[in-house]
Amino acid sequence: MTAVASGGRVGDGSVAMLRQMIRIRRFEERCVELYSRGDIRGFLHLAIGEEACAVGVTEALDTDDAVVATYREHGHALARGLSMGAVMAELEGKVEGCSRGRGGSMHLFDAPTRFYGGNAIVAGGLPLAVGLALADRMNGRERVTACFFGDGAVAEGEFHECLNLASLWHLPVLFCCENNLYAMGTALRLTESETDLSLKAASYRIPSWEVDGMDVRAVREAAARAVEAIRSGGGPHFLEMRTYRFRAHSMYDPDRYRQKDEIESWKQHDPIPTLSEALLAEGVLTAADLVSMEEAVDAEVDDAVSFAESGTIEPVEDLERFVTTPAPADADGGRRS
Amino acid sequence: MSGDPTNRKLTTAQAIHEALDLAMDRDPTVLLLGEDVDDPSGGGVFHISEGLSTKHGEHRVRSTPIAEQAIVGAAIGAAIGGFRPVAELMFMDFFAVAMDQISNHAAKLRYMSGGQTGVPITIRTAAGAGMQFGAQHSEMLESWVTHIPGLKVVVASNPADAKGLLMSAIFDDDPVVTIEPTLNYWVSGPVPEGEYTVPIGKANVARAGSDVTVITYGREVSFALQAAEQVAAEGISAEVIDLRSLVPMDEEAILGSVGRTKRAVIAHQAVRRGGLGAEISCLINEHFFGELQSPVVRVAGPNVPIPYAAELESMFVVDANDIAEGIRRAAK
Ligand SMILES: Cc1ncc(C[n+]2csc(CCOP(=O)(O)OP(=O)(O)O)c2C)c(N)n1
Ligand SMILES: [Mg+2]
Repeated sequence: MTAVASGGRVGDGSVAMLRQMIRIRRFEERCVELYSRGDIRGFLHLAIGEEACAVGVTEALDTDDAVVATYREHGHALARGLSMGAVMAELEGKVEGCSRGRGGSMHLFDAPTRFYGGNAIVAGGLPLAVGLALADRMNGRERVTACFFGDGAVAEGEFHECLNLASLWHLPVLFCCENNLYAMGTALRLTESETDLSLKAASYRIPSWEVDGMDVRAVREAAARAVEAIRSGGGPHFLEMRTYRFRAHSMYDPDRYRQKDEIESWKQHDPIPTLSEALLAEGVLTAADLVSMEEAVDAEVDDAVSFAESGTIEPVEDLERFVTTPAPADADGGRRS
Repeated sequence: MSGDPTNRKLTTAQAIHEALDLAMDRDPTVLLLGEDVDDPSGGGVFHISEGLSTKHGEHRVRSTPIAEQAIVGAAIGAAIGGFRPVAELMFMDFFAVAMDQISNHAAKLRYMSGGQTGVPITIRTAAGAGMQFGAQHSEMLESWVTHIPGLKVVVASNPADAKGLLMSAIFDDDPVVTIEPTLNYWVSGPVPEGEYTVPIGKANVARAGSDVTVITYGREVSFALQAAEQVAAEGISAEVIDLRSLVPMDEEAILGSVGRTKRAVIAHQAVRRGGLGAEISCLINEHFFGELQSPVVRVAGPNVPIPYAAELESMFVVDANDIAEGIRRAAK
């Protein structure tokens, strides 16, 4: 299949989405290996099982739209166009990383693609998204800011302040709730008096709809509909994506709060085989195409790992760089005190 | 008020209003966000922005819901998107409900992103006791913000500095907190016309002296000047340093003065424990241990919430007599 090799799309773009999901999956699987080797440290949150959310929404965006994400954001960053090497180097704390190794897994950032960060504060990204959208609106630009967050964020005050303000000011925000039914070890039904999350958005007069977050085509379609409505002046929209993480919350989580059969039943809806099987059945993709796609992705992951491993650590003299704007005298990045 | 630049007097509230107006004239990316800030809702609790939405438009002077995290967060996002927002948090006590955005986002984004974005916002807030506003509308909480790397923090002691520091804050490329002592809003003084800035990070010697250095800021500057008068009658010559900027702090000015006097008093209204006085005292000791003629004196608020009753509140507030007492102790 030539489209993959040339990086283009076939038909409705589903092949490209499949490729993105496989990239994210393989990348994160490799992260697990690197973590157990100690090359990646600290918190590491994987979105294995949830790839359709990041990919489907991102596919519906234009390049000058903005994205704000959470600490579970490797997939969003890769789908948005950050290079896999820069993301892997960031996870390894290298200066070649997208945030110069200052951020780590939870703080990927890339201004050129308008990827305004992972964010390690639950619901902390929503206010930023509202502000970015305000800036676009004041400048008369028809841009959208897509803001991702989990079901846990809905319990935070920031969520409510921001839905209200975005609605009141009619701001171009696409609120993307990745409802994986758990916030760390606590099930949604134990923390929310109303578990139908789209109702919360509706209470702020924000059009909202649910979508099967394991079906990337459904996600893209829902997101595209919302983005179009936002661009044509419809104000903020809210997508609740029903999804599931196949692995623990983070590498520190023994995952004792979920039943094995619940996890197994969700794995039956794994977004990657779901799509690849459909594409095979539709005749858009052949088994050989799939194999070569996977091989190409594996090579990309290998390259990203080598890139990260050959990266450098920022010199310790730069510890105090970027705390504030450099004064003209030390604009070359010297220490300040 | 007269047109003569040397004689023109404004209250601090008017000086701040003028800075906002000039900044909005100069730069269309300057926005105001806050509760009640537009004219239909009154121009803010102290009417500082009164007239600005009528002149510059309600799209630039935006009254918000009572949602401090969204106010600060929207300012941050708009700043990343190319604006220079000024967010007003009515009282500094309300920083408690906005602290996530201030500390985890405004202060850290430049660093976490490896320098890819700055956050050029200004957060204006009224602070300090003396109005019988009670425990939740009176605190000086500068230590909360000076402790967070990535923020700059300024406090003006007079109307001219209030205007010049605010102009600097708005056009600074980092997040700046401008703490406005509430009672000073009604204090007037000479204010130059037009645009000028008071640089962030430069202290002002409010009174020169040779025996004792008094280091202070905000409302306590005027009390320190009165105290210096009092002790002058007793033959003690006190130098008064108005810090103006708490972060970055003009360490050179402090150390230069104490290097001469070898005696220091630090006066602030905030409570003593964990207050900025401890930080400054330590700085002095790091440089002059063994050379000081007397222990560094801290004149600061007692470690209590701020009471409503006038008699108790005035006991809380550091005044000229308290500072004079501190100077005498240091001069012994
Ligand atoms: C303000 C805040 N409180 C608590 C945490 C700790 N914490 C990290 S992730 C998490 C669960 C969030 O769940 P959810 O929003 O559903 O996202 P998910 O992890 O499921 O993707 C919590 C409580 C945090 N990072 N920030
Ligand atoms: Mg969740």
